[in-house]
Amino acid sequence: MALQELTYRDALRKALADAMTENPDVVILGEEVGRYGGAYGVTKDLIKEFGAERVIDTPISEPAIVGAAVGAAMTGLRPVAELMYVDFIGMTMDQLANQAAKIRYMFGGQIGVPMVLRTQGGTGRSAGAQHSQSLEAYVMHTPGLRLAMPATVADAYHLLRMALTKPDPVVFIEHKALYTMKETVDLDAEPLAWGKAAVRREGRDLVIVTYSRQLHYCLEAARQLSARGVEATVIDIRTLNPLDFDTIRAHVERTGRAMVVSEGVMTAGVAAELSARITEECFDFLEDPVVRVAGEDIPISVSTALEAGSVPGPQLIADTALRMLAGRVPA
Amino acid sequence: MYEADLRATAGRTMAGRVGAGANTRLPELYRTMRRIRTFEERVGELFVRGQSAGSMLHLSIGEESAAAGVCAHLRDGDSFTTHHRGHGIFLARGADPARMMAEIGGKEAGYCHGKGGSMHIADMGLGHLGANAIVGGGIPAVVGAGLSARHHKTGAVSVAFFGDGATGQGILYESMNMAALWGLPCVFVCINNQYGMGTNIAQATANPNLHERAAAFGLAAETVDGLDVEAVAEAAERLVEGARAGKPAFLAVSCYRFYGHARKDKSPYRDPVEEEAGRRQDPVAFARAALIDRGLESESELDRLDGEIGAEMDATIDFTVAQTEPPLASMFRDVYAPEEPEPEPVRARIDRVLARD
Repeated sequence: MALQELTYRDALRKALADAMTENPDVVILGEEVGRYGGAYGVTKDLIKEFGAERVIDTPISEPAIVGAAVGAAMTGLRPVAELMYVDFIGMTMDQLANQAAKIRYMFGGQIGVPMVLRTQGGTGRSAGAQHSQSLEAYVMHTPGLRLAMPATVADAYHLLRMALTKPDPVVFIEHKALYTMKETVDLDAEPLAWGKAAVRREGRDLVIVTYSRQLHYCLEAARQLSARGVEATVIDIRTLNPLDFDTIRAHVERTGRAMVVSEGVMTAGVAAELSARITEECFDFLEDPVVRVAGEDIPISVSTALEAGSVPGPQLIADTALRMLAGRVPA
Repeated sequence: MYEADLRATAGRTMAGRVGAGANTRLPELYRTMRRIRTFEERVGELFVRGQSAGSMLHLSIGEESAAAGVCAHLRDGDSFTTHHRGHGIFLARGADPARMMAEIGGKEAGYCHGKGGSMHIADMGLGHLGANAIVGGGIPAVVGAGLSARHHKTGAVSVAFFGDGATGQGILYESMNMAALWGLPCVFVCINNQYGMGTNIAQATANPNLHERAAAFGLAAETVDGLDVEAVAEAAERLVEGARAGKPAFLAVSCYRFYGHARKDKSPYRDPVEEEAGRRQDPVAFARAALIDRGLESESELDRLDGEIGAEMDATIDFTVAQTEPPLASMFRDVYAPEEPEPEPVRARIDRVLARD
């Protein structure tokens, strides 16, 4: 109904504010979330609106932030714990993977842990090896954890709102390079359901499966490819758990070619899992091997040149597609 | 140093408490401790009979006063987490020993339908937010429960029970700091049985006065001798009610782990002389003697009570042996909420991959 121009950051903030208005049990806890307003400004001024007992500034204690959120979620609150950088997830892995993810199962279904762990990752700010990683595979490898990674402004809003209604723990990984991205959105429009992949572009020649910031690189590559006569379908999976494999399968069967694009390192990553599944389940339809275009198997450098070179970009994606389709495309 | 403590207490009597009055909780505390002791002995029998699902069974024999003394001051609506040696705490809080034993046996009738076992037993009805197999893993949950109690103004307290081994984990200090900073209704109870697995507390820290650490964070903090369950209960009452009023607390209960770390551990790392002295620090025997000395119970009455408890706990074994294992299909249940699709079994996925039209 109402079109408005919003940044990804604004949309996230609005999702938190709307959820907090709607549900008095929603509380935020994390480092610098209150008076500072969040390291990337997502929680700016929420403390003024909702008070210090609902927007809780914590000491620098990542394990206990997540652990307190687990206990709060088990006793009637709807906590949103914030982990300033996904790179710190290793600090919290016991509370996340051994506690939050397994409590429903270990306790025979007596109770769930309806919490959201908001964090952000990825390259783009020359932040170095310990503040630039894409660690979603750690989460995706843990049964019991849901995982959402919004690529668009509308998804930043809707996926966060939906995450705050889910009965199980959701890890919500934003991309630091997207916070200032602006889009004109109608937040009243019916969103695509949680757990459904979005087909962002349709084309006959190949499918590119991706998520988070790489979606934009894939769409840029698809525009370049179109100019060369190659039409790509681009699928944004939005939630890595639950994973909408049906949409991927349908398009791979139609086009016969698939590329998976991820910023995370290639080895044993999300792209490896998606590639394996496509290969297994769409084998009879494939004209080419499924190709992974992923982060290099190296740490991220602070040098902007090395940083940019460490992860896929539009050129590598487009070049790879052209090679897959070699012989079918005029030189 | 602990040996000196043992010598100092070996000759103690309850003389100072003689005539402590009809208001004493000692008979009830004794009963709770005796039930724990007997339950734990039966857990050992379940293991010997090959009926225990878990190979990792950690008995709290010798530590009963901590469970009985602290839980005596918990109310409906309060919550708690325990460590891996938590049978006694759950029992003291009102658990059904038959369902506990069935869970330890991995049976469908257990508290967690056989998925949790000894180290992951829980019951939301009694506020048991879960036992934990990660040392210190259950501690921060009480901070969250404290936030909930503050938010919903319930007046509930949340208690984390853990062993001295957990005092080596950073999460304890993070959690105590948050509880103190925010004035949350949380109590941290360290059951100091002198051993983290095979490591004596003296080999793990230069300062074994554990309550001093909590005091440094701003918590009300005490150490109490676990030989005397009434002393534990008195300290717990002060600290639990203080926490309820917004002053989080820490209580270290000094005791001795009578047996090995787990069932198969014969404690070769302990001096038999030390073990013998440690086992004389028996809170159950101490309370029993006190009941008789003070004329609160006769020996024959206590014998009859012990016999009743023995029969009750024997029945938990019979119950457990008669129960069935959970159905195989339940394996995929409760990974996610009931309204969510269950994970697809590997066999089904292989079938789909290898299906040829």
